Amino acid sequence: MAKVDALVGWRNLEIGCAITEPGSSRKLKTGDWRSQRPVTDRDKCIKCGMCWIYCPDIVYSPTKSGYFKWDGNYCKGCGICARECPKDAITMVMEGE
Amino acid sequence: MMDAALKDFKRFTPKTLPKMEAIAQGHRACQGCGEVLALRMALKAIGKNMIVASATGCMEIITSPYPQTAWQVPWIHVAFENAAAVASGIEAARKVLMRKRRIPRQRTTIVAMAGDGGTADIGLQALSGALERGHDFVYICLDNEAYMNTGIQRSSCTPYGAMTTTSPPGKMSIGQHTWKKNVPAIAAAHGIPYVATASPAYYTDLMNKAKKAAMIKGPAYLHLYSPCPTGWRHAGDLAIEISRLAVKTKVFPLYEVVDGRYILTRKIKKPKPVKEYLKLQGRFRHLDEETIEEIQQRVDREYEALVRKAALAEAE
Amino acid sequence: MPKRVGMEVSLAASEAACAADADLIAAYPITPQTHIVEHLSELVADGKLDAEFVPVESEHSAISVCVGSSAAGARTFTATSSQGLALMHEILFIAPALRTPIVMVVANRALSGPISIWNDHSDIMAERDVGWIQTFAENGQEVFDLVIHAFKVAEDPEVLLPIMVNLDGFTLSHVVEPIEILSASEVSQYLKPYKPQMVLDPKKPVTMGPVGMPEVYTEARWQIESLLRGSKKVVVRAWKEFSKHYGRTYKPIETYRTRGADVILITMGSVTETAMTAVDGMREKGIKVGLVRFRLWRPFPIEELKRAVTGVKVLAVMDRAISYGGQGGPVFTEVRSALYGQSGQLQVFGFVAGLGGRDITAAMFEQMVKKAIRYAKKGKGPLYELMGVRER
Ligand SMILES: Cc1ncc(C[n+]2csc(CCOP(=O)(O)OP(=O)(O)O)c2C)c(N)n1
Ligand code: SF4
Ligand code: SF4
Ligand code: SF4
Ligand SMILES: [Mg+2]
Repeated sequence: MAKVDALVGWRNLEIGCAITEPGSSRKLKTGDWRSQRPVTDRDKCIKCGMCWIYCPDIVYSPTKSGYFKWDGNYCKGCGICARECPKDAITMVMEGE
Repeated sequence: MMDAALKDFKRFTPKTLPKMEAIAQGHRACQGCGEVLALRMALKAIGKNMIVASATGCMEIITSPYPQTAWQVPWIHVAFENAAAVASGIEAARKVLMRKRRIPRQRTTIVAMAGDGGTADIGLQALSGALERGHDFVYICLDNEAYMNTGIQRSSCTPYGAMTTTSPPGKMSIGQHTWKKNVPAIAAAHGIPYVATASPAYYTDLMNKAKKAAMIKGPAYLHLYSPCPTGWRHAGDLAIEISRLAVKTKVFPLYEVVDGRYILTRKIKKPKPVKEYLKLQGRFRHLDEETIEEIQQRVDREYEALVRKAALAEAE
Repeated sequence: MPKRVGMEVSLAASEAACAADADLIAAYPITPQTHIVEHLSELVADGKLDAEFVPVESEHSAISVCVGSSAAGARTFTATSSQGLALMHEILFIAPALRTPIVMVVANRALSGPISIWNDHSDIMAERDVGWIQTFAENGQEVFDLVIHAFKVAEDPEVLLPIMVNLDGFTLSHVVEPIEILSASEVSQYLKPYKPQMVLDPKKPVTMGPVGMPEVYTEARWQIESLLRGSKKVVVRAWKEFSKHYGRTYKPIETYRTRGADVILITMGSVTETAMTAVDGMREKGIKVGLVRFRLWRPFPIEELKRAVTGVKVLAVMDRAISYGGQGGPVFTEVRSALYGQSGQLQVFGFVAGLGGRDITAAMFEQMVKKAIRYAKKGKGPLYELMGVRER
């Protein structure tokens, strides 16, 4: 994916090799680095947002309902969210289980 | 001068955190990286009206491998040691361009960011110059206590006793044999309006400090504690826990220096033993009891000195 | 009408940046560049130039501030010399890579060690390959004109590369000459305001200076190389336009009495006048010698050089820098390689002179020419020769 994008001729490179599409890293699905995945039990969740703010990979996003939505495309499975959830609402499970 | 700049300052609370992200998903930081997390929080607090000048280092590498960028705000990388100088140029250029009415008059936060190596070692001169000249910018030092990008070599911010690839413990060495350089104190010695230390564990505190730093006119220096699971050899889910312990053991005290006055932003009344902090990290695994005690005493002494500075400021 | 005034050449360099309405100047003092930055800070302090003067703590920061400034859209100027230029080295490569059209005056001075404040070209020759356009001035008027011209070329959307304008330290920088100083309004007819093409702006976020993965590094470097080579036509076009506006004409390769010459002396910089005197003297003695000078050093003007030496049998090339352990001075090796295979007749000989402020006299030029003629007759000469060096 990345490689195909990069194969531009020098004449088509932006001035100074700049990247003009902000946030284009979203094309890189870092979710495939993961061996474990956090699973949230919404019954326990108090919508505090710790999982959202403590995630280094910006995996959770706030929703209207007040819960936080997990995006498997980018979660690297570090487990910080599970450890920091004050209600132990998040558990890490092995991928494929 | 502080008070005037901060008259519109409103604290973030867990319920009022901004949704804006300066860095997008898909960045290549290691699993559980505390450095990108600290950076993410600080930039969220500053908001999207900013321009970032980055030093070479982990954060530069993981956000910008061509052809993709994680940056959603204007960002420039020039070299390892000159983030503060590049930021100076951007700030001064915008100032004159506004004066000459070539760009709209609008306050944009100019951010310089670098690791501990890019700040305390190779970039210290450029930083000192920029602070002394009084540019209106925010300097963010992301302190993961070693040169991580090049493979965990020691820096002058590496703590005493830590193992790195260039401070390996051995028959003749305990590992790093120098004490961590006090960069916030060096920054404060420039007489700049705002210096603060912050930890991602205390995210509202970190974000409030970042916001203040951006609002204040003139140079502001933020020293952000940035756990690195790869270099510190700790479990991937521990970045926040270790950040919290660093504060609770007084290893990394949280404070501000506002117009030269020290303010402890989190007083540690019942400190935890330093050993609890050290034992979670493989980089300290080789330390014997005697060395740990030596570290404990040093940590206590430095914290006391800080408390005295804060008390002095309060008494004034 | 532009006025002609007696002025120290250093100040003329500053006046040019002022007439060009530079927005930002970041510089660090070093002899013999000091008068340039001093005068610029004066012009800013007196409100004659509306610019930011950033008094940096080193040349490394000077050029870094300039890169940031240019990326933010400001017309940016700096000046340095010798050790300062060497300290900038790392960032000199990055300025063209980021396409920042900075204009820098280099008051050429010897590099340490031993430390020497006096003139030669060892500083600039060490920075030949950094991707900057490089021009050389021979007198004060040229310094003023070339600085104005530099902004015009650097900021051309077809170019967007930084430029170094070289002038010899002391021998040129510190002399007082009659110079026609154009006013800002006169210059503005020739030099339009800078319109940045890629700029740091929160309204349109761009990522400048990303990591060059192997899939793109080659193309990124070739972009600079192609643009630098291509810049020659812009350089020439801008000189033609300059001539139309102000009547003074510049060419990539300047010639003097080359018609019918058998031997040509090649130099650059402020030794020109001495070299001309030497040529005149030799012509009087019946030696058919002419003079060729590089005005444009990067991009290397191959075609113009070839044209200038057509029909010539012997070249004596003078360098003002040693290329340690190499095959001769940089100008010599480049000239020889540019002309390789050109004509079976042409022989090229290299001479190094005037290191660290050592005098270059007309007699010395005559010696070079005579030696070159002698070597050519024998069909061989030394690898290159350092003029006037004492053995014991
Ligand atoms: C002049 C120069 N010297 C050395 C390097 C190699 N280098 C790049 S990043 C780096 C270490 C970065 O360490 P730090 O600033 O602490 O950032 P981190 O990667 O830990 O976030 C080094 C040594 C370089 N790029 N440039
Ligand atoms: S941290 Fe836990 S309780 Fe808080 S929002 Fe996330 S899942 Fe819910
Ligand atoms: S496991 Fe790590 S990466 Fe995944 S959502 Fe939780 S904190 Fe984010
Ligand atoms: S090496 Fe450390 S600081 Fe660098 S990306 Fe990995 S975890 Fe983060
Ligand atoms: Mg580091």
